[in-house]
Amino acid sequence: MAEPQDSMQDDQPLLVAENVGKNYGRLTACHDVSFALYPGEVLAIVGESGSGKSTLLQLLSAQLAPSAGRVSYRMRDGVLRDLASLGEAERRFLFRTDWGYVHQDAAQGLRMAVSAGANVGERLMAVGWNHYGRIRDTASSWLERVEIDTARIDDAPRTYSGGMRQRLQIARNLVTEPRLVFMDEPTGGLDVSVQARLLDLMRNLVSELGLAAIVVTHDLAVARLLSHRVMVMKGGRVIETGLTDQVLDDPCEPYTQLLVSSILPA
Amino acid sequence: MNAPAYNFAYLDEQTKRMIRRAILKAIAIPGYQVPFASREMPMPYGWGTGGVQVTAAILGPQDVLKVIDQGSDDTTNAISIRKFFGKTAGVATTTATSDATVIQTRHRIPEAPLHAGQVLVYQVPIPEPLRFLEPRETETRRMHALGEYGLMHVKLYEDIARFGHIATSYAYPVKVNARYVMDPSPTPKFDNPKMDNCPALQLFGAGREKRIYAIPPHTHVVSLDFEDHPFTRYRFDAPCALCGAGDSYLDEIVTDDKGGRMFVCSDTDYCESRQLIGHRGSESAAPHEERTHG
Repeated sequence: MAEPQDSMQDDQPLLVAENVGKNYGRLTACHDVSFALYPGEVLAIVGESGSGKSTLLQLLSAQLAPSAGRVSYRMRDGVLRDLASLGEAERRFLFRTDWGYVHQDAAQGLRMAVSAGANVGERLMAVGWNHYGRIRDTASSWLERVEIDTARIDDAPRTYSGGMRQRLQIARNLVTEPRLVFMDEPTGGLDVSVQARLLDLMRNLVSELGLAAIVVTHDLAVARLLSHRVMVMKGGRVIETGLTDQVLDDPCEPYTQLLVSSILPA
Repeated sequence: MNAPAYNFAYLDEQTKRMIRRAILKAIAIPGYQVPFASREMPMPYGWGTGGVQVTAAILGPQDVLKVIDQGSDDTTNAISIRKFFGKTAGVATTTATSDATVIQTRHRIPEAPLHAGQVLVYQVPIPEPLRFLEPRETETRRMHALGEYGLMHVKLYEDIARFGHIATSYAYPVKVNARYVMDPSPTPKFDNPKMDNCPALQLFGAGREKRIYAIPPHTHVVSLDFEDHPFTRYRFDAPCALCGAGDSYLDEIVTDDKGGRMFVCSDTDYCESRQLIGHRGSESAAPHEERTHG
């Protein structure tokens, strides 16, 4: 189902952050972050709790306005636009069509009281799909892709297990074929075997669909499995960045060395 | 300064002025919920405090008032509101739909077609059509402002997924003037098509929720649906047991404890005027017959 990648577009960054910072009064949550994300690229932001990862993710996804710098996104028409210059309507439209956002807590990203099918179909209905049969078919094909039994299409997600909820959340986000997905600790709170299955699924989907993704995680194993590039954060600053294998196998910064060495040997 | 103990139609003039401003704004933006400073009325919330305030604000001495509750002119709610305005405004009241200039209604639109110059005032319990899907008022207002109505279809989707058809039978969401999605108050969806291109002005008042909204005359009102599950009206498949009408909305009335029931028009004025011109149903009393022999 993946569309052939437009090679012209591949040369240009999808998301550009320039000197992005966020202060809460005297507290600096995030300082001077710059990077460019290209189509099809997966970037992991790692660091311990309180290092500014989640703030950065909210800045990048335009849920927070930066105190300094700017974030630009290449729209589907190929024009790079400053997110702060978008109107609220445009921003919300972007959020439910061209972007996905996978929350750590599935209850935040799903409507727990409506059926799985409606959860997946909501984005389609929001962009004007008006044919029940087609919405349902699309929803059930997505449930299949994320390995949820289609017989459970009419069950509410509150009857689902944690891993299924997370997979449903992914289906709900990918149904409009976004180009960029933000993930905030997507495997948090799941047991190890469920994590492995979810990571495997995400890796396949990302490569199949040519998605770009920004994954915030404190789990270096997640970063290693999913991402091409890693950014290490500490105290609101990016202290090290590079290819995943490079950073994780040969960390330069003392803090990164500490992070890497604190993984328990398998 | 002594405030006068009595004012025409109960509310003081400043309050009426405030409500009229809200009504004018509502008419200017069809389907948009205008907040207003709802007053305490001498009746409990849920009994039509919103409708009563709208009626009080628009009523003039020359008006003829009709009040219906579920289509009926003779239920407690209808009678007490009619008496309330008879007493506080001294206006003429009627039960005939075509004679009335102001019709306050709870949960029905009269069967007889409305004409220009009439005002239909609805009593509304919950004005927000998105409320049961999105509990945050800040969010629903934003969704209205940006015209994000995908969520409304989620509700209809859920209906079809669960019941095989759109099972919402009252308070069926409509889109007014191709812009705002609106809750038509808990009228049966049978009445929805009557709101479209109606020559009368339709005003909606929600007292507890402090909202007024409106459909100006001859406004386009469309019931939401899916292409493959189009909007349908619903009525019991029976003629009225008293007047034989086959086109009116029916109430089901249980007549005994053995499963006996009969269906009668919910609009009493419509039913009575049909009986008056000789229509009869299966449960009508037999016309008096002179015994000729025996």
